[in-house]
Amino acid sequence: MPTQILYKPLTPEQEKRRRQRNIAIALSVAALVAIFYAITLVRLGSNVFLRPD
Amino acid sequence: MSLVSESDLGQQSDFGSAASDASPSDYVALLKPRVMSLSIFTAFAGMLMAPHPVHPMIGAIALLAIAVGAGASGALNMWYDSDIDRLMARTANRPIPAGRMARGEALAFGLVLSAFAVLTLGLAANWLAGGLLAFTIFYYVVVYTMWLKRSTPQNIVIGGAAGALPPMVGYAAAAGSLDLSSLLLFTLIFVWTPPHFWSLALVKAGDYGRAGVPMAPNVWGPDATRLQILLYSLLLAPIGALPWILGYAGPVYGAIACLGGLGMILGGWAVFSRREGDLARKTAMRNFGFSILYLFTLFAVLVVERLTTIWLGA
Repeated sequence: MPTQILYKPLTPEQEKRRRQRNIAIALSVAALVAIFYAITLVRLGSNVFLRPD
Repeated sequence: MSLVSESDLGQQSDFGSAASDASPSDYVALLKPRVMSLSIFTAFAGMLMAPHPVHPMIGAIALLAIAVGAGASGALNMWYDSDIDRLMARTANRPIPAGRMARGEALAFGLVLSAFAVLTLGLAANWLAGGLLAFTIFYYVVVYTMWLKRSTPQNIVIGGAAGALPPMVGYAAAAGSLDLSSLLLFTLIFVWTPPHFWSLALVKAGDYGRAGVPMAPNVWGPDATRLQILLYSLLLAPIGALPWILGYAGPVYGAIACLGGLGMILGGWAVFSRREGDLARKTAMRNFGFSILYLFTLFAVLVVERLTTIWLGA
């Protein structure tokens, strides 16, 4: 019967790269939020302050 | 029952795993940063050709979206071409053939970036620009990479349209429409691509031959390719000057386009006439380098002329 292994631990180098990838994804998502915020402000202009009656 | 057998653990699936060896720099490499920078630059020039300047923030976001779209094309190209990339010295160290990344990771990365780039450009600028960017990605990945590249020596001629589209995307992002000036920039890059790429292919013919890619020197032979380089250079010189002749660019552009066009013709003639030995290789590489300088200078002058006009008019 083969040895049962549920997971293989990551090497320190793989853990480091995974952390780097996670940081890169977080920064990309933050940049995307900033971009869409900027698009909204530019598109709406001063109308962004208007509130419906 | 084991969830993962021992024999599976040493292998990486096509879609990668938590144990991926890819670092963020590998994902950057997938974007082909040098190709991406040329796309940004030519798209910026196209944007400045628009009759009215675009809002700087929208312009910057549109350029970013175009850059990401170009990068996504590169990632999808590396996903599809990983089998032949490992056979060529020039491409063997790319993330997939080097074993640092699974093919599926590049595919997912390219598809996600493509979708975000097109949607962002559509929402930030307009849907003509977004649609053109989507078409550019489709053309580069499906028409060029999947179809033409491995089937015909005309691959980079027809496929060159993908590299020529960014100025039109940039113009559309700024103007919301297309006109003759954007078509001129498209034509300039389209006609520039064959002499540029074939000069490199003359030197790298062995690489392409090993990978089974039917580049012109491998199919038509080096001498026929040299003739084609000369003919395209003869065609390119007047096309390069057209933006000035038709009034879309100033006299500085006109002078540089004429001088540069002459340089391309002389370079094409040198490649055509020097056919043997190390001198032939050096001449082809020099023509390859000069063609980059030629295109970069033309677009740089166009950008400077347009920015000067905008600032003086403001």
